[in-house]
Amino acid sequence: MRIEEIRVRGTVQGVGFRPTVYRLAKAFKLRGDVCNDGQGVLIRVSGSEENLTEFVAKLQQESPPLAKIQELSRTSYEGEFDFDDFVISSSVSNIIKTEIVPDAATCPQCLQEIFDPFSRFYRYPFTNCTHCGPRLSIIHAIPYDRHNTSMSVFAMCPECAKEYRDVENRRFHAQPVACHICGPKAWLERADGKPVTASMFSMMDDVDAVCTLLQKGEIVAIKGLGGIHLACDATQEIAVEKLRQRKKRYHKPFALMARDISIIEEYCTVNAKEKELLTSPAAPIVLLQKKVIEIKQELLIQHSIASSVAPRQNSLGFMLPYTPLHHLILKRMNCPIVLTSGNLADEPQCIDNDEAREKLNKIADYFLFHNREIVNRVDDSVVRVVSEKVQTIRRARGYAPATINLPPGFDRVPQILAMGSELKNTFCLLREKEAIVSQHLGDLQNAAAFNAYQKMLNLYLNLFEHKPEAIAIDKHPEYLSSKLGKELACVNQTKLYFIQHHHAHIAACMAENSIPLNSPPILGIALDGLGYGEDGTLWGGEFLLADYRQFQRLATFKPIAMIGGEQAIYQPWRNTYAHLLAAQLWDTCQRQYTELGIVKFLKQKPLKLLNQIIEKQINSPSASSVGRLFDAVAAAIGIFPEECSYEGQAAIEMESLIDINSLNNYEETNNYHFDVVFLDNIYCIEPAPMWQALLNDLQQQIPQKTIAAKFHKSLVNIIVEMVNLVRQEHLIDRVVLTGGVFQNRILLEKVTKDLQSLEINVLTHSLVPTNDGGLSLGQALITAAQLINN
Amino acid sequence: LAHGSGGKAMRDLIDDIFVSNFDNPILSQLEDQASFNLSNLLQQGDRLAFSTDSYVVDPLFFPGGDIGELAVNGTVNDLAVSGAKPLYLTCSVILEEGLAVETLRRVAKSMKAAANKAGVQIVTGDTKVVHRGAADKLFINTAGIGVIPSGISISTQNIQPGDVVILNGELGNHGAAILVARGELALETDIQSDCQPLHNLIETILKACPKVHAMRDATRGGLATVLNEFALSSNVGIRLEEESIPVREEVKGICEILGLDPLYLANEGKLVVVVAKENADTVLSVMKSHPTGKDACIIGEVISSPPGIVLLKTVFESERIVDMLVGEQLPRIC
Ligand SMILES: [Fe+3]
Ligand SMILES: [Mg+2]
Ligand SMILES: [Zn+2]
Ligand SMILES: [Zn+2]
Repeated sequence: MRIEEIRVRGTVQGVGFRPTVYRLAKAFKLRGDVCNDGQGVLIRVSGSEENLTEFVAKLQQESPPLAKIQELSRTSYEGEFDFDDFVISSSVSNIIKTEIVPDAATCPQCLQEIFDPFSRFYRYPFTNCTHCGPRLSIIHAIPYDRHNTSMSVFAMCPECAKEYRDVENRRFHAQPVACHICGPKAWLERADGKPVTASMFSMMDDVDAVCTLLQKGEIVAIKGLGGIHLACDATQEIAVEKLRQRKKRYHKPFALMARDISIIEEYCTVNAKEKELLTSPAAPIVLLQKKVIEIKQELLIQHSIASSVAPRQNSLGFMLPYTPLHHLILKRMNCPIVLTSGNLADEPQCIDNDEAREKLNKIADYFLFHNREIVNRVDDSVVRVVSEKVQTIRRARGYAPATINLPPGFDRVPQILAMGSELKNTFCLLREKEAIVSQHLGDLQNAAAFNAYQKMLNLYLNLFEHKPEAIAIDKHPEYLSSKLGKELACVNQTKLYFIQHHHAHIAACMAENSIPLNSPPILGIALDGLGYGEDGTLWGGEFLLADYRQFQRLATFKPIAMIGGEQAIYQPWRNTYAHLLAAQLWDTCQRQYTELGIVKFLKQKPLKLLNQIIEKQINSPSASSVGRLFDAVAAAIGIFPEECSYEGQAAIEMESLIDINSLNNYEETNNYHFDVVFLDNIYCIEPAPMWQALLNDLQQQIPQKTIAAKFHKSLVNIIVEMVNLVRQEHLIDRVVLTGGVFQNRILLEKVTKDLQSLEINVLTHSLVPTNDGGLSLGQALITAAQLINN
Repeated sequence: LAHGSGGKAMRDLIDDIFVSNFDNPILSQLEDQASFNLSNLLQQGDRLAFSTDSYVVDPLFFPGGDIGELAVNGTVNDLAVSGAKPLYLTCSVILEEGLAVETLRRVAKSMKAAANKAGVQIVTGDTKVVHRGAADKLFINTAGIGVIPSGISISTQNIQPGDVVILNGELGNHGAAILVARGELALETDIQSDCQPLHNLIETILKACPKVHAMRDATRGGLATVLNEFALSSNVGIRLEEESIPVREEVKGICEILGLDPLYLANEGKLVVVVAKENADTVLSVMKSHPTGKDACIIGEVISSPPGIVLLKTVFESERIVDMLVGEQLPRIC
């Protein structure tokens, strides 16, 4: 006989971990107890050596779905021990290190219950248990108890209460537990305020009626878990187009939801990794390659996806139902539905019934509401698989606020708050050994998003009992997050750190790849739209030799004017013109290339005026932005020369044109060439020769997609060339790829592959986005490094 | 003009340009200071308003005005938005060596005309000539005194949720006119600066509705900056309707091509008035019947939350934050 103390750390509270311990201990006939405490779960247990070992093995195998064991240690126990049985002891609640679990998709057992006519949860849209259901979306204070959630207004019925108290039940201490009798209800409303009539009804209930309405081509606003969506049948072109017009969202792809994987597989290829993601408790939107369907076959498929779901894209974003409500709506739906955020234009999605009635009544025909309040907006997460690796594009539902482990060296960090970016904002709290990155909060220039940002900051600071000693902000003087950070630092008298944008991108990637604090510098390649540079100019194509503390700018792209500032982001042709001017090719264009579409197009613009505003530097800052280079090339070959409706659209559509298989067929000599010049002590990539060759190709009527492919390949080549160049002077065996431009799959895959073939270890993002959504993590780590230094 | 014009002849010339132009009993005494009778002032109100501003504009002459007119109207307006009746101005001038005497004459004449129009007297002044390059042609500083009638209390801290925001006309004309007038840009428009005194309009408004909550002329930094100051000092939110903000088509066109936001463009005769909702109709109608306010309209409302923030409800019906800029308009989108 041995008595042991087993310490379990990780995500082990509020996820049904103690009942599992209890059940296994009983099965092995062990004596002792289990309790929650400040560090996780503590088990004291006695049994034979053999039994104990097997017990621990089982515990790791059978730990509940939402639990994440980070560390399990066994020591022999010397203290007092008098147990005749195994019991769950009450929590030792002196210093509880709180952890909030992300919202989780309906588990298989609950799913089975909602479709079981003999279950008391039959067709109940809010069924959940300790393995699944709402978490972050319903909490407004700690501890995570029912009275601190939006379930507080629903008193448990005796049956639910019994399950809640029963250690052996899956619903033991499941805070949001509810049923038909005692829980929230869902109901249908007409957007025009008139009563719902019998013709809209189904045999079943209001939730089922949604399915019928969608099939009839109606638009239904559905209140879900973390927000309100707009839904329509994805195979009805008229319905989807109606939704686009009403929502004034003309191009950005819509997300889809399908009942099961087999429906998704009709339209997209789904590999094992992607399947795993789709069916995981996070249940994110997974970007999947569209199947190339022969025209003959296409006719055979009963429902093809409306082309306006994702115009000019070669991938579709799919998710599976992740609440009982969604499962019930889709039960009879044999094709995918559009499920896009319920909002006006760029606003964050609505979360409140009244808000939706006011804002969405001209978009939706019907509302499916419920009376479980969404306390915190949590958007759907977006992920994809690139070369077998998961890439997070938007980190929200199902992922936030799960903690991210810090690399070695950051064990004893002071508490730090990093404010994040301006667009695709997240913020980050740093505490001992871990980082907590908020869910995606969107574009802060939007009033509702900024409001939610402030609300979430307060919530997180309270939930995690976080009192920052230092605040980190981006150097950009106009970022609203930076301004708020300054204000908070001033009010709370905390230290304030200004972090360079691209350094933060690189540090975020280093952090999630567990690069230790005092590692030698790494070459970080940060390519994005733009960020405020160390010298007050705008950067966006940077090769920085960086560690967590500092960086040295080794190379960049040639700075090019953004004519009319932000206008250049929405009117790609401005970048084309600026690039042609900078390459001194515009005169040539007017002599030699007068017949080219882009030349004719540009000639209609007030070029003299544009020249003057560049020269006089009127609202035309120079930026070494690779994002804008992509826009410039896309517009040059005829993609959205006039205006795009979201940032990066032209570049995204250019990437979609490319046939990946053809990419390797071109002879090396066929590629475009970039020059490298050494200027002001750094290398500078000069795209002029690329432009000359590209114009030639256009003149020779080389197809759009070929030019696009050649541009991508050439960009890969110059990046690799640059790495080789800086390698002559600096020891470089590891390279970080980061920044929004690396959302480009072709660029990411090819640069990775080519650098790997040079025996360089390539670090890329997975847990946090490569776009500005990852920025706050990097800001926090850089600040921590400075503080640890001092 | 030559620098270091310590020479009496030159000094006399300059002084003469101003003294002869501004000609009024107080100035004519040519003392080192102006003095006025307090009891006269006391009859007009119970508080003095005192303000100063410096004017540096390139070019000196532009469609719709010039630096002289600007220097008078600017300070008149700064006094008037407190509810004060502007009375006396000072005028201090810094000249760059080489400036044509004729230019100075024109400016002085135009200042006089503006002063007459606004019913104020320029009562004391000073001139300095500096080296070529030490100043750009001509800088003018004016300070002014006015009297606030008793019972008037206008402050940026009086704004209440529920109030409405009224503007007297088109935004951005001055900023756009200056851009065009510099002649550096291939722009041809007939946009005129809106440079004008506002005290008369303000007097009319206050007569109809003494309980105006706040008032400001939107000059540099534009409407956006004024409203942000309002929102911050009264701790309220302000929501603007993009559709109801009057902007000339030509100004819109210039903004589109240059990527500028008309909300941040400079004006020199635009009055922002915040009044309680129940007074909005009265104020609006008296404004509309006044020549300086004939294009007046309601552009937004005051809300309790979010405090300290100005929102713009766009034509897409989403709400964008119109922030106070730290520097110039600089792209933020990554
Ligand atoms: Fe970025
Ligand atoms: Mg002023
Ligand atoms: Zn469950
Ligand atoms: Zn119940």
